Order: sequence, then structure tokens, then C-alpha cells
Amino acid sequence: MSIVKPDMSVNLAGIPLRNPVMTASGTFGYGEEFSEYVNLEAIGAFVTKGLSLKPRAGNPTPRIVETPGGMLNAIGLQNVGIDAFIAKKIPFVRTVNTPCIANFFGDTVDEYAEMTRRLNEIPEVVALEMNISCPNVKQGGIVFGTDPACAASVVAACRAVTQKPLIVKLSPNVTDVVAMARACVDAGADSLSLINTLIGMAIDLKKRRPVLANVTGGFSGPAIKPIALRMVWQVARAVKVPIIGIGGIMNATDALEFILAGATAVQVGTASFINPGAAQTIVEEIEAWMVANGVADIKTLIGALEV
Amino acid sequence: MQFTSMILSNAEISPGYWRMRLTAPQEFAAATPGQFVMVRVNGAIDPLLRRPFAVFDVGVHTPPQSGAVPQVYFEMLYRVVGKGTAMLSALHETDLLDILGPLGTGFDQGNADEEKLIVGGGIGLAPLYLLARELVTRKSPVRLFAGGRTRDDILCITEFERLGVECYTATEDGSLGEQGLVTEALKRRLDALKGKATLYACGPDGMLHAVAKIAAQYGIPCQVSLEGYMACGVGACLGCVAPGKGHSPETPDYRCVCTEGPVFESSDLKWGA
Ligand SMILES: Cc1cc2nc3c(=O)[nH]c(=O)nc-3n(C[C@H](O)[C@H](O)[C@H](O)COP(=O)(O)OP(=O)(O)OC[C@H]3O[C@@H](n4cnc5c(N)ncnc54)[C@H](O)[C@@H]3O)c2cc1C
Ligand SMILES: Cc1cc2nc3c(=O)[nH]c(=O)nc-3n(C[C@H](O)[C@H](O)[C@H](O)COP(=O)(O)O)c2cc1C
Ligand code: FES
Repeated sequence: MSIVKPDMSVNLAGIPLRNPVMTASGTFGYGEEFSEYVNLEAIGAFVTKGLSLKPRAGNPTPRIVETPGGMLNAIGLQNVGIDAFIAKKIPFVRTVNTPCIANFFGDTVDEYAEMTRRLNEIPEVVALEMNISCPNVKQGGIVFGTDPACAASVVAACRAVTQKPLIVKLSPNVTDVVAMARACVDAGADSLSLINTLIGMAIDLKKRRPVLANVTGGFSGPAIKPIALRMVWQVARAVKVPIIGIGGIMNATDALEFILAGATAVQVGTASFINPGAAQTIVEEIEAWMVANGVADIKTLIGALEV
Repeated sequence: MQFTSMILSNAEISPGYWRMRLTAPQEFAAATPGQFVMVRVNGAIDPLLRRPFAVFDVGVHTPPQSGAVPQVYFEMLYRVVGKGTAMLSALHETDLLDILGPLGTGFDQGNADEEKLIVGGGIGLAPLYLLARELVTRKSPVRLFAGGRTRDDILCITEFERLGVECYTATEDGSLGEQGLVTEALKRRLDALKGKATLYACGPDGMLHAVAKIAAQYGIPCQVSLEGYMACGVGACLGCVAPGKGHSPETPDYRCVCTEGPVFESSDLKWGA
């Protein structure tokens, strides 16, 4: 029997999504920037730029450079801060009938917890995504997401102050991503998203200088997909919470590969820069693929990789 | 807006400099001077990001055949500097390109009676032609100061002259116009005008900085069009920012070049930061 309208809905830690395709933090502004190019109500969810208690001005320039098949960014987490987010960005979010997930970060455990409290009070924010790829300024700058104990303590502190679904976004810049994943789940994460950017670098030979003012930057785009797929596959086998696959997703094939590897949902990042309608296009392509391949329910594909 | 555009022509107008004409939807006719487009050079992932280019000109072409529909077009002037621009230069008539635009905040055209002095360095002339055309339409007196390293870097001067704009040129090697920097001719004109004018500039950083200084010295308004390394062109990545006037390492003040700019009042920016 042929499928006319495949079921693309998934449930992400209690959030029903019309389909598994969301946008990735830092690549989609606060949603509004893209409203001219994407039907926001055609995608599963959208994730805000990383938010902090105080506004952040970000890093010196150059902040971006392209490399073959990818890009490096050292934006420096520039964002409007939680107060301006509520005052200036939420009114738009309210007009869109699509779950908004707030991505956030802090410099200390207390800041993360305070951000969680603030975001917890915003009805338009249906879930929280913690970016733990940030240095803990109170502990010699160790990146929360690279030490299981550090990660567990910050996740536990946030978990204690919200009932909303708490997604922890893992850093790939670790030796053992499974150990990190387990630590975060044990500390109360409802879902894990991965991967954040890989730390990379580019050099200008002529000037004998690094291209980015910050010297190093986060590597994203199609070039990182194999690493992201591998990590999603490893983590999905090790933990029971739903996984969000991120890294180099450019089209439906990429997205479906992540789902086979064990992701319940995916995030589209760098691709939105190249094609602002990328997330919506991927939804349409997945639907067409399901029809063509006789897949009635996308949930049957989650983790269906045959090894 | 995002649209698929067909190349109508693509020609090298001076060694290393190309001019491309492309089809555009009706709404594109509203593009204003100083706005830009983000061009997806090809459908593959290398180059990955779109490339930003100023709107050099926009117009409507009515084909001579009877019953033919008028077609909105725009033009870009580009310099081959790397992979993406080299690929653009290899494209031909009827090839298709994916375009985002017109984007950004362009030039403010000020009040009509004051003289407008436009300063362009090399490929920096790209956003200035449409500006000159609009200013002339509004009956402003306009003069162009075009600088470059050699005569090959002085582009499209006849186009400006055809608008009735008086053009001054200067090259560092003296191969065209005065030898030296075009800012010298600019200062002479400002002295003659007793400092009553508006400046517009686009070009290499050194030139923009010099023009901004001149504007400050003469106490006159000056708008500059900046470049920034862009990923999205729509204000989402925050990669393209430039330091604003209040900027210091302790109190950073960054302006978004793709949305607040690319055109800024020179006095709103921090120079030499
Ligand atoms: C608002 C704006 C308007 C512009 N208008 C014009 C124009 O009208 N004509 C023209 O010739 N050039 C223009 N440029 C510059 C043009 O975008 C770059 O020359 C072009 O992107 C280089 O691409 P490439 O692949 O050939 O070079 P690459 O090999 O990628 O790099 C060469 C150099 O180009 C610059 N560059 C590369 N990618 C980008 C990017 N995504 N954003 C900004 N700079 C980049 C970098 O400085 C780099 O070092 C404009 C830039 C901006 C920001
Ligand atoms: C310019 C830029 C800014 C980003 N900002 C954030 C951020 O603020 N918070 C965050 O958790 N991730 C941020 N990311 C990481 C992305 O959300 C995503 O994890 C990463 O880019 C990998 O996906 P991709 O290859 O599809 O881009 C950013 C990425 C880019 C390219
Ligand atoms: S280019 Fe992305 S914010 Fe300006």
C-alpha cells in the first residue's frame, strides 16, 4: 500500500515535535532573522542563539573563516542577554506555533543555575539546551563539558531548578564522549544533543598569522559529519535518553543517517547560512524519501542501523 | 528574498575585474544603493559559504522582440581574488545562480542641493555607481574620486561620466590621472567648497580610514561601505561585525555589517581598532 502522508512526528523528552528537524543554536539567530526565508511552522523546533545572564559583545574580528567543506567561527557567544531576549525576542517567538528551545551558557555553576531559573519562567520556552562547551571561570577555566565531574555538577545544579525538558549539548573535544554522556544523564539530563563544534585553526601563510583573531575557532559544516555520526552512534547505544544529532547536516540523506545512528531528532546548523531555507527543505526531502521508500513512520528508523 | 537568477552576460572589463549581469524578480528593482547580494557560487560544498557582492546597477531590460516581457536585471562588478570569484568568472550566459538579496542598509542620500563627493578605490567602486546614478536623478551635484594602484584598477569611469558626474582619477604608478592618492584631489575640492559637502566612500581599509579622517577634519558627514567576513548575510551568525565608535577591548561595541551596514556613518565607527 502506498503512503500518502508519512508520520514524521517524534517525541523528544516529552516535547511532541511535528517532525525531527530543528535548527542549531547560533546559526538561526532568534528565529525572526529567517522568517522571510523559512516557514517556521514547517520545522520541528528552533533553537535560539546561546543566551547568558548579561549581554555579551563577543570576540574581535575576523571571527569567521571558510575551510574546505567547513567553516571556523569564533563569535565569542555574542548575544543580547536574557533580559533583552525576554523583552525583544520573545514577542516574535510567541507568534510562531513551533516549539522554541532556549540554548544557554554561563561562566560558573551559579550562573548556569540562575539562567535555568530565568528560562524556566518563560512560558514560550518549551525546553532548555545547555551549552557546556564553556570554561568554568571559578575552576581555572576548565571547560565544563570536557570533565565528567564538572559536567555532572553543572547539569545537576540546573536540573534542580527546572521541570522543563533539559537537553545537554555535548562537546566533541573530549577523549571519551560516552563517559561525558553518561555523566550528564546520571545528573538528570532529559536528552543529549551532539555535537557542538570541534576546535580548529586556520593559518594565513602570507601573513604568518592565524586567520581568526581568537586564534582558534569552532569547526562546523559538512566536513565534521563523519565525526558527529560516530559520536551519535556511540552515545545512542550507551544511554536511554533521546539524542539530537548535529554536525554537517546539509540534506535529508545526512539527517536520515543520524536518525539511523540513533538520533530521535536532528539540528541543522551551518547549512542555514548557505541556504536559509535548509531546515524546511530537509523536512520536505525526508517526507519525499519516506514516501519513495515506503516508510510510514519515522520513529521506525531511529537507531535502525544494521551493524 | 532568495531567487534563482540567470546570467545574461559575464565579461572581463579590465584585467582581473569582471562585470556580470543577471536576471532578478520584479521586487529586486527596489534595491537601494549600497545594498548587496549573497551569491551561492555553485551547488556543491566547496566553496561552502555564499559570497557577498555589492549591487552595481539595477534596471529593466525590454527585449526588442514584440510581445517580450520587460526583465528586471542587476549587475555585479567583481574582482577575482580566490576560489569563489574565479569560479564566477568561468560562468557563461544562461548559467544559473542562487541569489539572496538585496540585503543590508545602504547609503543615505542626504539633501539634494549639497555637493556629493564619492570616493572609490579599485573594486570599491562597485556600490558607488548606483549611488551616483540615484544622486544625479535627485539633482545633486556629484563628483567622483577614483583611485587605484594602476590604470587597470580604475573601473567604469565612462559609465560615471555618462551620468554627467565629474571624475577625478589618481593612480599610485601614475599610469592614469594624477600620480599618488586620490584623497589629495578630494582635499582640494573640499577646500574649494569651503567644506560644504557630503562624502561617500568604499575601498580598501587604508583609504576608508583616510577619508574618515578628512571628513572629521572638515567636519562634514561621511558614509563608508565596509566589508566583513560574512557567513549568513542576514544578521544570524554575527561573524561580520565591525567595531563601533564606543569600542575598546574593555567595552566592546560591535555593529553588524550585514544588517546595520554595510554602510555606516564614518563617525559611528572606531577607526584603527
Ligand atoms: C558587503 C560586501 C560587499 C562586497 N562587494 C564586492 C563587490 O562588489 N565586488 C567584489 O569583487 N568584491 C566584493 N566584496 C568582497 C568579496 O565578497 C570577496 O572578494 C569574495 O567573497 C572572495 O571570494 P573568493 O572565494 O574568490 O576568495 P577566497 O579565496 O575565499 O578568499 C579571498 C579573500 O576574500 C575575502 N572573503 C572570502 N570569503 C568571504 C566572505 N564570505 N565574506 C567576506 N569576505 C570574504 C577574504 O578576505 C579572503 O581572504 C564584498 C564584500 C562584502 C562584505
Ligand atoms: C556561527 C556559529 C555560532 C554558533 N553558536 C553556538 C551557540 O551559541 N551555542 C551552541 O550551543 N552552539 C553554537 N554553535 C554550534 C552549532 O549549534 C552546531 O552544534 C555546530 O555548528 C555543528 O553543526 P553544523 O555542522 O550543522 O553547523 C554555533 C555554530 C556556528 C557555526
Ligand atoms: S553575515 Fe552573518 S551576521 Fe552578518
